Amino acid sequence: MHHLDQLEAEAIHVIREVAAELEKPVLLFSGGKDSIVLLHLARKAFRPGELPFPVMHVDTGHNFPEVIEFRDRHVPDVLVASVQESIDRGRVQDAPSRNQLQTTTLLDAIEEHGFDAAFGGARRDEERARAKERVFSFRDDFGQWDPRRQRPELWDLYNGRVRPGEHVRVFPISNWTELDVWEYVRAERLELPSIYFAHEREVFERDGMVYAVSPFLDLNGDTSFTASVRYRTVGDMTCTGAVRSQANELDDVIAEIAATRITERGETRADDRVSEAAMEDRKRVGYF
Amino acid sequence: MLRVATAGSVDDGKSTLIGRLLHDSKSLMADELGTAADLARLTDGLRAEREQGITIDVAYRHFATPNRRFVLHDCPGHAQYTRNMATGASTADLALVLVDARRGMTEQSRRHLAIAALLAVPSVTVLVNKMDLVDYAEERFDVVAREVLDWSARLGLHGVGFIPVSALHGDNVVERSTAMPWYGGQSLLEHLESVPAANGAADGPARLPVQYVIRADGTRWYAGRLASGTLEIGDELLVLPAGTRTRVRAFEDGGDRAVAPRSIAVALADELDVGRGDLLARPAEAPEPVRALEATVCWLGDEPARPGARYLVKHTTRSVPARLDAIEHRLDVTTLADEPADRLELNEIGRVRLRLGSPLVPDPYEQVRSTGAFIVVDEATNETVGAGMVA
Repeated sequence: MHHLDQLEAEAIHVIREVAAELEKPVLLFSGGKDSIVLLHLARKAFRPGELPFPVMHVDTGHNFPEVIEFRDRHVPDVLVASVQESIDRGRVQDAPSRNQLQTTTLLDAIEEHGFDAAFGGARRDEERARAKERVFSFRDDFGQWDPRRQRPELWDLYNGRVRPGEHVRVFPISNWTELDVWEYVRAERLELPSIYFAHEREVFERDGMVYAVSPFLDLNGDTSFTASVRYRTVGDMTCTGAVRSQANELDDVIAEIAATRITERGETRADDRVSEAAMEDRKRVGYF
Repeated sequence: MLRVATAGSVDDGKSTLIGRLLHDSKSLMADELGTAADLARLTDGLRAEREQGITIDVAYRHFATPNRRFVLHDCPGHAQYTRNMATGASTADLALVLVDARRGMTEQSRRHLAIAALLAVPSVTVLVNKMDLVDYAEERFDVVAREVLDWSARLGLHGVGFIPVSALHGDNVVERSTAMPWYGGQSLLEHLESVPAANGAADGPARLPVQYVIRADGTRWYAGRLASGTLEIGDELLVLPAGTRTRVRAFEDGGDRAVAPRSIAVALADELDVGRGDLLARPAEAPEPVRALEATVCWLGDEPARPGARYLVKHTTRSVPARLDAIEHRLDVTTLADEPADRLELNEIGRVRLRLGSPLVPDPYEQVRSTGAFIVVDEATNETVGAGMVA
């Protein structure tokens, strides 16, 4: 059996277990390739029936417009949890990067809707703290993750039991690599937002990363220029770097990624650079 | 795809080995190489681990060679994290156990081999590490290998492979070592690339535990992962534990057969009361429903297991109340002696008898791992407190 078939079978098994054992799951969707694959897997899991749970986007307001357009077209009934609204209500203070603010918006939305499980498209190969997380990652009633006390996960028997107020984050594509995700996109002919493919864009360079010129980032004297770039990962415009590339066909993008010597997040995510334990710290307080 | 669990004592160099394997097979990305001079730090992903210099929990590392895709389950060696090691080893196709060439087997390596044997990891390979510190001497390798072989035989582990390595210097990890001309076997990576992939699942008896019922257009599709065997349209099936009969009418994907371990959805020829927790199997090879279990259990809970205590047992997709009737004996992992026990503490292994509030339909773990395994859950704390294997 091809390893993609094996990975798909596992992911569908996980998704069905959550639907069966938890009361109110939600699928977190960002419009990025991982959540697109996740949504596709979820739809496959319940075919020919409907998805038995809603899809939610924690929207920072700093997204690439192409991604929002894609989201609205593919998931017209998406629930939007808005960081801007959290700011307006005084739940959080605005900041140049809204990445960390998502945690409050996410936890508030989970509490408001009473979700007891949230699917995410995180993968273990993305980052060191994620490499240690269980498929079912238990969060207490403050949304906190305690890496020292993760539940044992044996075979494919999942224990998603939670108390009122608690929830579990579930990562069905934990064992998929970046390349697996791309190859699956190709095999299943999934559509992705156009920014994943090479296009001309006005950008500027800062701290070794290439950022898009946008209303959300101050140029601060840096000069902008036009370049052919594509995005390897999709976060906010304020913290996602572009990769210089001419690859505008899926096969070419995959070939470039297979040959690359920099990790996906290392190349393009400024939010991970703050400290060595950046992801772990964010997860401890409730981040994805 | 091959899943490899690594186990070894705290000082046996397990993390160094993984770092070396990834480094020499060029899997490490440039930005990862830059952040740590010490190869071992590459897999210690949690802040506490990096500070203490040990592995606390399982880290999953993915890499690939042109020949095969791998997932490494880097498991903790410390006795207090045995429950995490059990997690990492339960889904492994191969267990790599490290033994220090100078010290030979320790209590920890005995325990790890015992856990690998208990969990029936299909393949076990022992790496005799730090050969550089014993002058790459063949005699020392032989002594250690024989010690481990004796222990493995007592565990019922057969076909155990041995490779002399130096994780620190790279000998026999990816490339064959020039320092050990007396060794004619494969390097670790060569071995990992050639070990047969353990997908015996498709060859076993047909087992479909129903996970979820999908209702669409007046049809009921029974969704689940084929835990074992194959199913074809027209196959006669028993719905267990009830024992009612039916046939496979259709597969949701439009195909005419399904093979383990695929996730599928199947429609049946008859309108029956089938739901989550039921098991579909062929009449000729169907397992018996039981109301009691004899099993070997590895205790993972902080509170000890005591006779008379009540738990929840989850087996495939079915959860039933259960009472621990008796602890028949505890297995001493370092001597393999059976001792009487009035309780099982965290990390202990014992043979138990459980009385079930509702029937289960298991196979012996040795025959079909997916339908012979179960977990024990403490309803009061929601914690998973035991890993069980049906005798």
